[in-house]
This record gives sequence, structure tokens and C-alpha cells, in this order.
Amino acid sequence: MTRSSVVRRWLTWPKRTWQVVRALSGDDAYERYLEHCREHHAGSTPLGRRAFYLYEQERRYRDGPTGCC
Amino acid sequence: MNRVLRVLGWGALAVAGAAALGGIALNRGESINALWFVVAAACVYLIAYRFYCGWIAARVLTLDATRATPAERLNNGRDFVPTHRWIVFGHHFAAIAGAGPLVGPTLAAQFGYLPGTLWLLVGAVLGGCVQDMLIMFFSTRRDGRSLGQMARDELGRVGGTAALIGTLTIAVILIAVLGLVVVKAMSHSPWSTFTVFATIPIALIVGVYLRTLRPGRVLEGTALGVVLLLLAVVGGRWVDADPGWHAWFNLDGKALSGFIIAYGLVAAILPVWLLLAPRDYLSTFIKLGTVFLLAIAICVLSPEVKMPALTRFIDGTGPIFSGKLFPFLFITLACGAVSGFHSLVASGTTPKLLARETDIPLVGYGSMALESFVGVMAMVAACVLDPGVYFAINTAAGVVGADPATAVATITSWGFPVTAEQMQALATEMGEHTLFARVGGAPSLAVGMASIFGSAFGQGLLAMWYHFAIMFEAIFILTTLDAGTRVARFIMQDLMGAVWEPLGRTSWYPSVVLASSLVVAGWGYFLYIGVIDPNGGINILWPLFGIANQLLAAIALSVATAILVRTGRLRYAWVSGAPLAWLVIVTTSAAWQKIASDDPKVGLFAAAHDLATKLAAGALPPDRAAVAPQLIFNQQLDAWLTAFFLALVWIIVLDMLRSCSLHLSGRRRAIATEVPYVPTRMTQS
Repeated sequence: MTRSSVVRRWLTWPKRTWQVVRALSGDDAYERYLEHCREHHAGSTPLGRRAFYLYEQERRYRDGPTGCC
Repeated sequence: MNRVLRVLGWGALAVAGAAALGGIALNRGESINALWFVVAAACVYLIAYRFYCGWIAARVLTLDATRATPAERLNNGRDFVPTHRWIVFGHHFAAIAGAGPLVGPTLAAQFGYLPGTLWLLVGAVLGGCVQDMLIMFFSTRRDGRSLGQMARDELGRVGGTAALIGTLTIAVILIAVLGLVVVKAMSHSPWSTFTVFATIPIALIVGVYLRTLRPGRVLEGTALGVVLLLLAVVGGRWVDADPGWHAWFNLDGKALSGFIIAYGLVAAILPVWLLLAPRDYLSTFIKLGTVFLLAIAICVLSPEVKMPALTRFIDGTGPIFSGKLFPFLFITLACGAVSGFHSLVASGTTPKLLARETDIPLVGYGSMALESFVGVMAMVAACVLDPGVYFAINTAAGVVGADPATAVATITSWGFPVTAEQMQALATEMGEHTLFARVGGAPSLAVGMASIFGSAFGQGLLAMWYHFAIMFEAIFILTTLDAGTRVARFIMQDLMGAVWEPLGRTSWYPSVVLASSLVVAGWGYFLYIGVIDPNGGINILWPLFGIANQLLAAIALSVATAILVRTGRLRYAWVSGAPLAWLVIVTTSAAWQKIASDDPKVGLFAAAHDLATKLAAGALPPDRAAVAPQLIFNQQLDAWLTAFFLALVWIIVLDMLRSCSLHLSGRRRAIATEVPYVPTRMTQS
């Protein structure tokens, strides 16, 4: 393993942690939705960021319990 | 080589676990270190996960990594999204983790550390984890159907309706008891009250930020909210010190319960983006952060456990709640070992995220093991307190007397020495005016956590840690209160829709207000009665909640057993059947004692009769006589409610047995409720 690849590996670590934190918190939900739309519904216009956020919040709490005792 | 290493690794783990458990078992009569609990628990969970859970996955369920999950087949980029297993684990754990495993072990510590810790471990690995995993698997094979829908499919109309009504009642009782925990923590404590109240405008600010300023930037909003929450904790000290503000926030239980009820109603009607969603983000963050911090602090500090292994109260004379070790230990611990509520999250929400079936052991079994581990830490936090202090905080004034001198004399006479000076010094350290009779578990847990955090990270900040811990518990209790009211509201609207169709429309405003008001009135009543009860209210409400929660677990395990039998897995039916049988024995025995016991401390009818006799004889002091009629009515109502729970358990179990016997005798053809096999197109990563 070369020296630069070791450095690169250490640099990717914070980046990956950041990705995990975003995925865990739902921060990246809109990007994932856009990606899904690009892949599966190429012709249609996706929802805007705000509309998507509001719609998703309503859905989350309508679908069933989100928390426990 | 790899194989040898693995065998050696698991062997070492088994030895460590056995040594830790042996350490706990042999060190009877002398103080032992809390680290043994943590090591023993971690080893038990890991071994159970590797072997029992692995066996269930391979033999009983035969998980199939090549089968496409609903998340893959129905991927819509919203609720059905194939997600990495550790991310699903995080989501699922955050959803199932609540106040139950913190409060339950704190109360159960009155029996000593041993019974509670053992049931947390055994109940979780053989019962709770198995229940969550089975329900998650069955729901995944049915496109994420909910527990109620599966009950209807597998048991029939009766079982399905019973599951729906069971869910509604448990939600109402759960919210009432958690509301009571918060009210008890805040009463006559301006610092706590200010901090908890401040969480509401903070959530509103974050809600507006996430909707208007930076839509959907959840992490930014959460960071802003957390900073404001910490400021609220610090600011509470100033509020407490200022005479004018002090008077504003120095509220009694009745006023606080009024606030909580009004808040619950408003919160249930407001749009979710404004209050519920932002507070959910904050509470998840604070919850995960604090649990992680507590685990580190216990390992760094390794405090000594001061509670004896067993106390004299296993005979049923406990001051915090009455009733013998069997069955009331199991009813009290509830969520940390087996929680019926989890089956609602394990069906429906989480299965829509699983990328492949083989992630189910980690997400289903693993999350519950971690939840039970949180319960063990709560038990540690209760047991590192001096037992005398623990009882002084958790015992109601109605039991030991309102005057500090009487209270310490009574508690010392039980064999747990404590002095009024010691309690006063502790209260001053924690920034409170008194810590006597602060029932409900939250203050005692906060004192335990503050002493652990304080010793591990700096002694000078005890009062800050105490109020941080109160805020930590309150913020997710308020989230549960809001989310639970909403869940109950949808069920209520579903039931009302059967009577008159427009009432079932979830977006019709009058129906929303009516259903929400009915739900809030339901839990508000139990909360109010709990507040005016001089014996603390928790002693009646918590067992009721425990019975309701174990009832829901019995429903989930009945559904699981029916599915195992109906899918040709009869010889493995004991996997869910054995924990089900145990739960039925426990709930039946506890419910029966609550209804029929002659001891007024245990039996609800006996208590009502006892109080009525005293009232008629004029033997009650005026303040108690004033509330006695309401308490008598409530005790009778609770007894009938317990009888209703008992009937519900047996209806469901008998319905399950009927469904299984029809299948086994060939009188009813098995209907395939599973979605047919479709091969996955995802590559293994």
C-alpha cells in the first residue's frame, strides 16, 4: 500500500461518517428521492424540496407508530 | 485459520460472560462493580445473537438472501427504499427506544438488582428479541403489512378487532403514565419546568426553520435545536434563582397536568411539520447521544452497586408498587424485556426499508437486545444510589409521610438508613429544593445519571447533569405523547368511520378534532387522577400499563405462533409459543390479583372498598376525604379495565388455538398470505 493511498483512506473516513450521519437523520432523503426519480421516472417532474419535505412528514406519522414506550 | 479464530473469539466471549455472571452471583453480601453488569449483559446478548438468533434465522425462518424484499420490489423512493442494514438498525432502534426501559427498571430496583437484571437478560433474548424479529420477518414477507392486518388475516375478524382495540387502549394508558412521570418530575421544580416548557418553542423554531428557511435540512435544524436545548438547561438555573420567574414556574401537579392535557390536544391538531417532526428529530438525537454517553460513563467510572441483590420487598410489601416478585416484576419491567409496542414498528414501517431478508436478525433481534441493554444501564443508575436515598426519592408522601423526619425514620426502619440532612445536601447539589417523594422514576434516574456523569466528566456540574437528564426524559416522553395521540386518533377515526362514514375521513377537520379530543380526554382523565392520588398514582398506573403492554406482546406472539403453524413450521412453534405461554401466565396472574386480591395495596376492588369504609367512618384527613370519591371510582374503573385486558388476552389466545387446530385438522385450507418469491436483482455487497 502506497503512502498516498493510506492518506486517502484516512480522508475518506470522515466523509463516510458524514454520509452515515446524514442517512441516519434523514438529511439526505430529498437527494435519494431525486435519484430515484431520475432512474425510474425519467420523464416526469419531481416534487420541489419543500413540497417533498412536507409530504414526507405527513406520510411518516400517518402510516403508523413512529415511536414506542 | 479464520474458523479457529472465530471459535476462539466466541469461546473467549462465553468465558467472559460466565465470569461476569459468576462475579455477580458470588459477590452476594458485598458491594460489586457495575461493570460486571455491563460485561455480563453484552456477552449474553452477543452469544444469544450469534447462536439462538442465528438458529432461528437459518432453521425456523430460513431467511433467503436471494429473495427480493418489498423495499426492492416496490421501491418508490419514499417509504419503500432499500437501505443499508446499519442505517435501518439505527432507524429501528430510535423508533423502539423510549421511556419504558428507563422507568421500568428504576421502579423494579425495589426488589434489588438481581431479579430485574436477570429478567431483562432472559426476557429479551428468549422473548422480546424473538418477538420483534418474527413479526418483522412475517411483515416483510407480506409487503410490510401491519400487526393489525396480519392478525385479521391469520386469526380472523375477532382477533383482528381485538388487536385494534388493544392497541388503542395501550396507547391511552401509556400516554397517561408517561405524562404522569413528566408531571411528577416537574412539580414544584421551576428549573425542570422551565427547561421542559422551553422544549416546545424550541421545537416550533426548528419546525419553522425546516419548513421555511432551509426546507428539509434536518441536520442543520437539529444542530440549532440541540444548542437551544442546552441553553434552556443552563437558563433554568437563572429562572430558579430569580424570585419573579421562580413564582411563575413553581407549579403544582394539578396545574402541570392541565398544561400537559391542553398541550396534548393542541399538538395533536397542529400540522406535523410544526411541532411533532422537529421534536422527533431533536429527541432522537438527544436520546441516542445520551444512551451512548451513559454507556461510556459507566465504563469509565465503573461505579459500585449499593443496592442489595434482593430486598425484603420481594414479599409484596414494596413501597413503590405493591405485589410479589411473581408476577409483578415481569409486569413492571415490561418494555426492557418484552414490549408489545415494538411489534407495531417491526410490522409496517421498518420492513419497507430492508434491502434483504438476511438483515432481519441484526435489525429485529439486535435492536431489541440494545434496548434491553439500555434497561440494564437504567438498573445500574438506580442501584448506584444509596438504597435509602433511592427509596426516599421514589416513595410517595402518602406511604412514608410528607414530613422529612417521618419519611427518613420510616425508610431507615426498613433497613435502608438515610438522613434528612443527606437528602437536603443531595437536593442542593442537584439544584432542587427537595428530592423527597419525587415518584415516577424520572428524578431518581436523573440523580443516578447525574452522579455517574458528574463523577466521570466533572463533579462541579451535578445540577446541570440532573436537569439535562430530566430534559432528556421529558423531550421524548412529550414526543411519545404527541405521536401516540395521533396513532390512537387514527384508530379512533377508523372505528368511528364504521358508525358514520364521514367520521372516518382522516383529513376532515371536525372528525380530526373530535377523535383527538376523545383520545386526549381518555389519557387526560387517568393523568389527572394519578396526580391527585396521595399514593403517587404511579403505583396504580404503571402495573396497568405493564399489563396492557404485555397484552399487546401476547397478541403479537399469538399472530407469530399462528403463522408458524399455518406455514408448516409446527415443530418450531415453541419459539414463539413458549414466551407466549409465559406472558399469558404472567398477565393472567397479575390481572387476577389486581382484580380479586383482598389486600387493599394490591387488589383494586379491595382498595376501593377499604377507602370507602374509611371515608364513611370519617377516618380520613380532610384533604384526603375531598378526593376520596374520585379515587374510589377510579380504582373500580381500573379494575374493570384490567378485567377487560384479561378477557382480550384470552380471546386472542383461544382464537389463535382455534385457527391452528382448524389448520392442523385440515378443516381449513391454508391460504397463502405470503407474497410469492421473486429473485433479487441487487448485487451482494
